[in-house]
Amino acid sequence: MDGQRVPGLPASPGIAVGPAWWYRHGEVRVVHRAGEDPEVERARLRRAREESAAELDALIAAQRDRLAPEELAIFEAQRLMLDDPDLLARVEESIEGGASAEAAWEEGIQAVAAQLRALPDPYFQARAADVVDVGQRVLRRLLGVSEVAELPERPVVVLAEDLTPSDTATLDPDRVLALATVGGGPTSHAAILARRLGIPAVVGAGAALGGVAEGTVLVVDGDTGELIVSPSVEEQAGAEARRQVWLAARAAAGEVAAEPAVTRDGHRVEIAANVGSLEDARAAVRLGAEGVGLLRTEFLYLDRATAPDEEEQLAVYRALLGALGGRPVVVRTLDAGGDKPLPYLPLEPQPNPFLGVRAIRLARRHPELLRVQLRAILRTGYPAVRVMFPMVATVEEIRWLRGLFEEVRQGLEAAGTGLPRDLQIGMMVEIPSAAVLADRFAPWVDFFSIGTNDLAQYALAADRTNPAVAELADAFHPAVLRLIRMVVEAGHAAGRWVGVCGELAGEPLAAPLLVGLGVDELSMAPVAIPAVKAAIRRWTLAEARSLAEQALRLDSASAVRDLVRAATPPVVPGEDGG
Amino acid sequence: MEMQKVTVTLTNRVGLHARPAALFVQTAARFRSNVTVRSLTRGTPPVNAKAILSVMTLGAEQGHELELVAEGPDESEAIAALKELIESRFGEE
Repeated sequence: MDGQRVPGLPASPGIAVGPAWWYRHGEVRVVHRAGEDPEVERARLRRAREESAAELDALIAAQRDRLAPEELAIFEAQRLMLDDPDLLARVEESIEGGASAEAAWEEGIQAVAAQLRALPDPYFQARAADVVDVGQRVLRRLLGVSEVAELPERPVVVLAEDLTPSDTATLDPDRVLALATVGGGPTSHAAILARRLGIPAVVGAGAALGGVAEGTVLVVDGDTGELIVSPSVEEQAGAEARRQVWLAARAAAGEVAAEPAVTRDGHRVEIAANVGSLEDARAAVRLGAEGVGLLRTEFLYLDRATAPDEEEQLAVYRALLGALGGRPVVVRTLDAGGDKPLPYLPLEPQPNPFLGVRAIRLARRHPELLRVQLRAILRTGYPAVRVMFPMVATVEEIRWLRGLFEEVRQGLEAAGTGLPRDLQIGMMVEIPSAAVLADRFAPWVDFFSIGTNDLAQYALAADRTNPAVAELADAFHPAVLRLIRMVVEAGHAAGRWVGVCGELAGEPLAAPLLVGLGVDELSMAPVAIPAVKAAIRRWTLAEARSLAEQALRLDSASAVRDLVRAATPPVVPGEDGG
Repeated sequence: MEMQKVTVTLTNRVGLHARPAALFVQTAARFRSNVTVRSLTRGTPPVNAKAILSVMTLGAEQGHELELVAEGPDESEAIAALKELIESRFGEE
């Protein structure tokens, strides 16, 4: 089975090659079901529980700062499970009836786990694994089985069926090249652990992984989710080479992630994050975002029977903004309708949702929906709030939106509500009419933010959800770049700042083009931040401008990509960002 | 001896497991009174509010209604503390 490729799910980026080593936390089995004297069994159980409690306490104390909050919560809950009076009463009863401590304990644990598995909410079902995990901890003590085989000295690719929270907390990261699991998904403990430690991981690889023998050489590609079992010499060399590039890029990006993105000649570009949840907001701060350039608010509205009221929205915005430490935040008002319908705002069927009633077109039909959202955003009192309207096509629309906004603001002011100190109003530019007419829009806004995904699909008349034509909607296309330049020129002439918040902003290859076109702010998925910052640091502003000028005179997106690739200064590992 | 009873709605996002369940049980355990909790939404029998596994098996999700009953020397304080914990969304949001 040389070079056999096994598909799995990518769980943590990066690539590694190494010998397979099976992690067996060796599920403990109970053999002796009948106990000795109940007095003896009770004492054995008490001691095993006390030792397990001390183990968990030590683990919590030692790893408090290393663990993700959700993992810490699991250990703390497990600590309480050890002393659960209902469980203990049930176990005592079995011991009294003649069972061994281990048989009584296992039976009690399995009964609770079965009850949890029977609950409808998958989140509760998943907690059964935590109960079994703490049960195993006590059983190991009772039976004198050590927790886990020691990892070999030489780093290995760790294979496992799946990993429990206890397993993941005890693996020594210096000896683990990569992780691959038979079961599990992208949110399993193995995946969370691997991402936190920055080691490549593939999960859910299935039974094909189960047959891999100890010591077999494996390639684990955490970007694609592919495993290669017993790679050929060429495959192994290729993977090693990619690993070196990845390691160099990671070292360079990680060291300077928190530093601003400045070109070699000192031009600074603001780097912000696109955020749609509290998780994202935390990741953005950790990965070096200077602000949030796009806070999506759809998550508040989707999958529910009624619209969220003002108080609920206020509470959610406050929690989210609280994680951002005063950094500027662009909040986009609801961008739903069309392809993202809301059950409480029925729309007649639309043959062409992307060209139909969506975003502010929906808000114009239901102004109260927008009014409530604006009130909640302003009432946060967060210092640097920027409100942004999506899908503006005409000047008349932005005038109407501005009017509605002023009405809401004045209403709150009259009521004595404390408003954000540094408040700005902006619009997305994703419809070509807004890009072409940007100078006519400029008097009505403080900033423009270009949504390149939609701008590309509208400029090239290619539905990006239709696989037959999606490839045409390429934001690298010179037509899209020219539209971006028009917005930057009109914005700057009127003293407005211009950002890009589409996927193009998160492409390292696009960074010099956007900087060269004069874009002031790039907003992207948090994970893209280190690489984009590193890309910007390779160029001077003069070089980027000349590159952008050349790109604007090309014929196709692929020609633009080739141009940037050919012109990019080579990276020497270790010198990047220096 | 009287008995204290109250009905509350769970408003925190994740429901009664992990950290909220731990906080709930630790709070109940501070009092000498017997405290039970049952889910009106799921129609469960009352369980010991000081036992984390029993509390988790209520499967109490966001929006579920819980009935708390306390009986003992500090029953009013126990009910007040648990009600406040739930209404503060366990300080999580």
